[in-house]
Amino acid sequence: MTDISQLSEAEIIRSARRSEKRFALLGLSVLSLTMLVLLTLIIDFMVDGLGRIDYDFLTSFPSRRPNDAGILSAWVGSALVMIVTAALAVPLGVAAGLYLEEYAPKNLITNLIEINVTNLAGVPSIIYGLLALGLFIQMFGLGQTIFVAGLTLALLILPIIIVATREAVRSIPQEVREAAFALGADKWQTVGGYILPAARPGILTGAIVGMSRAIGETAPIITIGALTFIAFLPPSPVGPEFPFINFDWLGSPFTVMPIQMFNWVSRPQAGFHVNAAATGLILLAMTLLMNAGAIWLRYKLRRAMR
Amino acid sequence: MPLLVSPRFLARRRLVDRAMRAMMFAAAFVSVLVTMGIVYVLVSESVRFFAQVSMLDFLTDTQWTPVFQDKHFGIMTLVSGTLMTSGIALLVAVPAGTILAIYLSEFAPPALREIIKPFLELIAGVPTVAFGYFALLFLTPLFQTFIPGLAGFNLLVPGIVMGIMILPYIVSVSEDAMRAVPNTLREGAYALGYTRLQTGVKVVIPGALSGITAAYMLGMSRAVGETMVVAIAAGQQAKIALNPLEGAATITAYIVQISLGDVPHDSIAYLTIFAAGLTLFLMTLTFNVIAFVLRRKYREVY
Amino acid sequence: MTRLSPSDSASLVTQIKVAPRALNAVPDLRVDVRNLDFYYGTFHALKSVQLPVANAKVTALIGPSGCGKSTLLRSFNRMHDLYPGNRYEGEIMLLPEQLNIVGRDVDPMLVRLRIGMVFQKPNPFPKSIYDNVAAGLTIRGISSRSVLDERVERALRQAALWDEVKDRLKTSAYGLSGGQQQRLCIARALAPEPDVLLLDEPTSALDPIATAKIEDLIDEFRDRYTVVIVTHNMQQAARISDYTAFMHLGHMVEYGATADVFSRPADERTIAYVTGRFG
Repeated sequence: MTDISQLSEAEIIRSARRSEKRFALLGLSVLSLTMLVLLTLIIDFMVDGLGRIDYDFLTSFPSRRPNDAGILSAWVGSALVMIVTAALAVPLGVAAGLYLEEYAPKNLITNLIEINVTNLAGVPSIIYGLLALGLFIQMFGLGQTIFVAGLTLALLILPIIIVATREAVRSIPQEVREAAFALGADKWQTVGGYILPAARPGILTGAIVGMSRAIGETAPIITIGALTFIAFLPPSPVGPEFPFINFDWLGSPFTVMPIQMFNWVSRPQAGFHVNAAATGLILLAMTLLMNAGAIWLRYKLRRAMR
Repeated sequence: MPLLVSPRFLARRRLVDRAMRAMMFAAAFVSVLVTMGIVYVLVSESVRFFAQVSMLDFLTDTQWTPVFQDKHFGIMTLVSGTLMTSGIALLVAVPAGTILAIYLSEFAPPALREIIKPFLELIAGVPTVAFGYFALLFLTPLFQTFIPGLAGFNLLVPGIVMGIMILPYIVSVSEDAMRAVPNTLREGAYALGYTRLQTGVKVVIPGALSGITAAYMLGMSRAVGETMVVAIAAGQQAKIALNPLEGAATITAYIVQISLGDVPHDSIAYLTIFAAGLTLFLMTLTFNVIAFVLRRKYREVY
Repeated sequence: MTRLSPSDSASLVTQIKVAPRALNAVPDLRVDVRNLDFYYGTFHALKSVQLPVANAKVTALIGPSGCGKSTLLRSFNRMHDLYPGNRYEGEIMLLPEQLNIVGRDVDPMLVRLRIGMVFQKPNPFPKSIYDNVAAGLTIRGISSRSVLDERVERALRQAALWDEVKDRLKTSAYGLSGGQQQRLCIARALAPEPDVLLLDEPTSALDPIATAKIEDLIDEFRDRYTVVIVTHNMQQAARISDYTAFMHLGHMVEYGATADVFSRPADERTIAYVTGRFG
């Protein structure tokens, strides 16, 4: 209770409160500015591209004349590549996540795999493109096909799905395992019968985030050497004759929406920029909706757990 | 009467259990194979590259003209462009990200935090090619109205846009680190009469320092590896980047540029993208490893 | 003196048995808790609590876990304000200035600048030993090196830590042992010379030797600081306190001079507790 601390008590509080208010204001302004940027970006795409989106745009092939060009081959290509990516990344990622969380012994190999997954999540996407180019295309001779693109993107999003699976599995109470083991279930019966179903919503969230990342990913597909002027569709996966399904499309050349957009952005003509904006708007709507869906799912999940 | 389990069922069950275990291990091991594949491809193609170009020239030459008659292979040109854009990105994202992280962990009421964090995730979900379009066709013309001398392709605008792109990562990782600081420390600070700001700056930041530094490293790694924004908006001229108002190629933009053309497998141009890729991989690996070590450190403390 | 209004005292008789001899023995009050109710959301944690705190004496709060003793202590410097949904009703009067610590219009920061606290687990800041002790001083705007040096040394001496750390003031506080860290936290709380020092089970995380050192310190504080200590250890309360308050299920059951509370408890519940029949 000496003079130094007593005299200025009110003043200390006033100045401390003042700087606290100032900081809160600063935090809110940074936040608003960030929101503003995202909003401007969305509005910019709407202003530039919304008027261009119509039935013809979705059902036409690319063209040298901007007004005739469309994204038919691009969105079909994107859809087919996503099928491959999902079919490869989800089972692989879930199995790897389950292994690391439920099975892995504490040893050097496990540690190695864990560090490796962390590191892979930080490898730039274009490096995956170089992997595909050097290994899948040049060495294995798989060609610049839908399958290679889907495989490359699957490897790219593998860490996302592994991490999501691990988190979902980790959040399942130990009692579930004990209850299953107490009934006489073995490891796989417990994991496959009880853990995996309970973890499904969490895994789904991770899968959606991963797929939204893959659908907007451009760089690795460019590196593969995907042709950007594709005026035809891959062979249809479903046919009128037995066996009704074929896999020829896997080996087909292709283009995808982000590549088509990048191609159009790089042209000098303003007409192509409008096409790019329209493609970008569709892409943006898809990724934002997927992310919002994942966020909503996670929110519901957390509410249900409480 | 006890229920009898047939031995054949049990044997089959054991078989399934073992098979599933082996399959899951194989799936987990795929990630290791991916890393091995990346390292193998980058190193083997780079070895072929360095058979033709001396390492000394690669590191010291100040020109990069692999597709010209007079060929030069000075990677420092591309590295300078990469470091310039990433540096600008960090100048944007470090202050903004740190302020936001403190705001989220110490100031924002839980309800607001529940809204802000998903919003930041949305930013992270925007396709990079869309950010590229935005940088080239919206922000650059806008900035040109008040920055005289800003070229159509420049390093400044892509740098700023990349700063916004890595902001969510920096906020999320550093906020994680700040939340890991135990509440007993915060209570100790408040009990002394600290405000939230003083608690945040004088207790939480020092306590979370290694985690926050890790966030910066991860942000840097992302910025260095970011491709589409610079490929679209920074230009393709490989030169030592000194002026952010002018354009210059980055490592990633160069790889895109060559990939767009049709390069024969045995050409030196084909090999350059792997040498450039290896350089990029080593740069991001360095930042990732530092971040990994730092994060492990703060997890040990608390 | 506890100042009970006539209307209060009637209802109080049923809840609190304050031995008259105890009240007479408290001539000089520093803090007076009057009809304090506290709610964690809808949970009624403190029920019309009364407690006189004598100036420059050690007051111990005892009772079975969950009785509200820590909740009461944390009300003294508004720690509950850090978490949403908590509510105080009633008064904790800081005397002689008649400041109601839990008043709605009273800034919690002002309260915390006046009242220091030491927690169950040592919680030094991730900084040097010196910076830890100086922490409460620098936020009060004290920047003079010589004043800081002098105050830090004095606080460390009061916490009986000076001789152990004087050669490594600039090293991290995390290099100290648990007991040393707790004494550092005491020095940190003492440096700004608070009106009241709150100790929340300060020895519960420490070994017997470190505990003895802290108890010796508290013994030295008598006549210099007003100390309120929560302890789950009855022997500790008996050893170090001048006055003891026994709480049960959010009620203040009994208060008096320590010797009286332990040797001649007035309430059944107190008897049961001090004789070890529950808790």
